[in-house]
Amino acid sequence: MPPSDFTEDLAAALATAGLAVDACYQCRKCSNGCPLVFAMDLPPDQVIRLALAGREADLLGCRTIWVCSSCETCTTRCPNGIDIAGVMDWLKEQAVARGLAVPEPEVRDFHRAFLSAVKWGGGRLSEPLVMALYALKGGRWLKKLRRSAAAGEVATALELLRRRRLRLAPPKRLTGAGEVAAILRRW
Amino acid sequence: MKLSYYPGCSLEGTASDYAASIAGVAELLGLTLAELPDWNCCGASAAHSLDEQAARALPLRNLRLAQRIGLDVVAPCALCFNRLKAGAKALAARGEAVTLRVWDLLDLLTQPAFLRLITHRLVRPLTGLQAVCYYGCLVNRPPAITDAASPENPGNMEKLLAVLGATPLDWSFKTDCCGAGLAVARPDLIDRLVRRLYDRALRAGAECLVVSCQMCQANLDLPQARISRQAGQAYDLPILYFTELIALALGHPEVPQWLARHLVDPRPLLTAKGLL
Repeated sequence: MPPSDFTEDLAAALATAGLAVDACYQCRKCSNGCPLVFAMDLPPDQVIRLALAGREADLLGCRTIWVCSSCETCTTRCPNGIDIAGVMDWLKEQAVARGLAVPEPEVRDFHRAFLSAVKWGGGRLSEPLVMALYALKGGRWLKKLRRSAAAGEVATALELLRRRRLRLAPPKRLTGAGEVAAILRRW
Repeated sequence: MKLSYYPGCSLEGTASDYAASIAGVAELLGLTLAELPDWNCCGASAAHSLDEQAARALPLRNLRLAQRIGLDVVAPCALCFNRLKAGAKALAARGEAVTLRVWDLLDLLTQPAFLRLITHRLVRPLTGLQAVCYYGCLVNRPPAITDAASPENPGNMEKLLAVLGATPLDWSFKTDCCGAGLAVARPDLIDRLVRRLYDRALRAGAECLVVSCQMCQANLDLPQARISRQAGQAYDLPILYFTELIALALGHPEVPQWLARHLVDPRPLLTAKGLL
């Protein structure tokens, strides 16, 4: 009997998205070159292996996909042309689209804040806006302030402000702001 | 020479020093950078992580704006460049004609014609400056998108530094990741990756790192004091943009003002070398 989270369609769904994984022969070149493997619960080669085995729930809930920095080393080096970093992205998108709990909510929330900031900011990213949206999410800023863990970030922000590198004015609202907002309608 | 210019969002904010140095270098080299009107954010890591459709659509809008103008488009940010290139590949795969070329700024300015021009205009060779070139990830990887000829061991920045009279040192970490967009959510990961870059640069004999990406610059420059505190070792490694070094060697008067915006002040090192 396959485990209950076995999904025969996973590899097929990936292939449909242009992310075929069936050529993997487990050489582990991806994992050996990965700069963030130390922070992962599954090395990249096991992500591909579990994808082939249809272990969808394990993959959608793993830490690996969120601490991957998309440096593209694995994708570049795969001797079988598997877009491993692309598989990581696909899994992240699925996990969020299905509303699943993720082990790295900070990373997810930063991405969300970024897309919302572009959408509400008129088409370009305002760095202070993304930081504000991220901080407000889940009362993160308040919690940090209580632990006085925010001191370093505030100090860096002040240093940047002093050097005229923090632009507090919102970016220019684009003529095409509506087009961009339509592209980012989900956020 | 005239190109469309896609600065990207950071260059309007925290990387305003990079933006100023690019304008300075363009002026020195007679390069007209016409900012793409109404350009939008490329979506960066956030879009390709959570919304593949948006990750495709955002750069496509920029490409269409550029196609209307018809000039090649140059991006100084590694991720913007990568997303624009991906967009151009996607259009070509759909059978649409892509008539323009997407350039990474470093690649553009290290073309033979520009290197010759820089050689001619050199007024202050950067003699004695020991530097490692740090390319980061996305101007080179994945080569299927970037068309990089040598993604594991690029050499165009070293070639440029040699033309400028500096001493580019060999090291094995020139395309290792700095942690990129994890800087806010997981600064602990950045600290570990970046500290290794500092250590390897020092072991190679470097006095500074030279970058062509504002994300790399931010991740290596902003947390240096924090990493030093944690490591119990005072790192003092200026993180210079390649454009700042071109401008310095070509005698642009505003270089000290750009350098003053870095958190790790490069001016003491350059003064000690007799370059400022």
